[in-house]
Amino acid sequence: MLDIFQYDFMRRAFITGILIAIITPCIGVIVVLRRLSMTGDALSHNSLAGIAAGLVLGINPILGAVVFSILAAFGIEEVRKAFPRYADIAIAIIMSTGIGLAGILSGFVKNSANFNSFLFGSIVAISDFELYLVIALSIIVMLAFILLFKELFYTTFDEESARLAGVPIKVVNFIFTLLTAVTVSVSARTVGTLVISSLMVLPVACAMQISKSYKQTVVLAIIFALFFTTTGLYISYYANLKPGGTIVLVGVITLIGVLISKNLSNILRNRNDFYAGQ
Amino acid sequence: MTMVIEVNHLNFGYNNNLILKDISFSVEKGDYLGIIGANGTGKSTLIKLLLKIMDPLSGEVKILGENVKTFKRWDKVGYVSQKANSFNSSFPATVEEVVAANLYSKIGLFRFPNKSHMKKVYEALELVGMQNYGKRLIGNLSGGQQQRVFIARVLANDPEIMFLDEPTVGIDARSEEAVYGLLGRLNRELGLTIVMVTHDISAITVHANKLVCLGENGMFIHDPREGITKEFATELYGYSVNLHNHNCKNCYKEVSQC
Repeated sequence: MLDIFQYDFMRRAFITGILIAIITPCIGVIVVLRRLSMTGDALSHNSLAGIAAGLVLGINPILGAVVFSILAAFGIEEVRKAFPRYADIAIAIIMSTGIGLAGILSGFVKNSANFNSFLFGSIVAISDFELYLVIALSIIVMLAFILLFKELFYTTFDEESARLAGVPIKVVNFIFTLLTAVTVSVSARTVGTLVISSLMVLPVACAMQISKSYKQTVVLAIIFALFFTTTGLYISYYANLKPGGTIVLVGVITLIGVLISKNLSNILRNRNDFYAGQ
Repeated sequence: MTMVIEVNHLNFGYNNNLILKDISFSVEKGDYLGIIGANGTGKSTLIKLLLKIMDPLSGEVKILGENVKTFKRWDKVGYVSQKANSFNSSFPATVEEVVAANLYSKIGLFRFPNKSHMKKVYEALELVGMQNYGKRLIGNLSGGQQQRVFIARVLANDPEIMFLDEPTVGIDARSEEAVYGLLGRLNRELGLTIVMVTHDISAITVHANKLVCLGENGMFIHDPREGITKEFATELYGYSVNLHNHNCKNCYKEVSQC
């Protein structure tokens, strides 16, 4: 069972996978509760354009993804100012821009197999530099999330009251935008750009079904994400499947399981209450 | 008496259309001020101008003796907005998490609530009779209970002034009366200054000691002890209003537009 850790590339895949499984739901909780679940998709398509730009220009594609993703995140904020009552328009416009750019730039990429590996992730392709980059950026995202835990909670729950309570809303939102962009782009190698937004949403969706507080939602979402990632990586190695797709499908199956068991327990509880009342 | 709010010649509007024109009034410490008027007369806007959520075209607002433009002691001012009761009810937050969040200025940046902060949270919840609901999800409470939690959230900071924008919208008559009773008690026993926007003329005339009435013909300051007459309400709302006497002194309710 543990023989896969004898391979250097699998150790790298697990280290980066675990780090991404910790940071992605942290960002995902806020994104989901702000009802901006499509933000991850918009940023990931722009990070794909950044990956293509990196491959064309001969710089590290993850760095290209970070730059494009940050620009896209602030692009969403700017476009949203023009359509203040339609937050989804800004996301759709920036996503379209990312898809368009990725489509054009990918035509100039000589090694298309390398580019394709970023779509659904690759566990064999993580370089030393990328490993260290993911470690460093993940630590930054984790620290920022912990330090801004209550600020992010309050601005997400009630931004107007948070401002009156003294929370520096603009600074908090600016940092959160940066964190989201960085998280999406560093996840590109392991999970893949096309499925990263699912990894933001699925663990949170599972956690929200059973959690009894905000703090518990965050902890449970991280536990779910760790389960999806490690199980997905195992299966993808032994079944020779794409890791990103496998991780997300493990997540979807888990969510279905959580929903079914929750409904069953509700039915059982109602039945017990009915008989207790007789 | 100490003036806690001073409004001088305030003007606000959109595209040269003034909604609030030359508004001036003052609120003393311990006052219970009701703001009433028809829809579109700028009641909620007035509160947002007082709280610097919006900026006026001209005029001056002073809170606790300081111009609102440079005011920094926002922890002394509580606000229960209209949005408070239209929050995302599936938000996975407990009552104590929601109330503790408002202690931000006391907890400080990059820190977590400690035991004394949580004690403060439960003291505030006790004031509104919700101390046994700390671990419950806010979305699972009734509308009236949620509103009491939002009032506790403000009280946790020991505010000097509490602003409320239609706090009883969407809750049943019994819960509505409980909220008014609670606010009246906080005003009398803690000396808390209350400024409330409401459409419930009957309740506000019972509890408030001063009314700001916004109408098409401008602003009136009204003493609720004089009651609200049909003529006054008709002039204020700009259309004929029937008032029902509910057999209690100074107790009326707007029932229909004729």
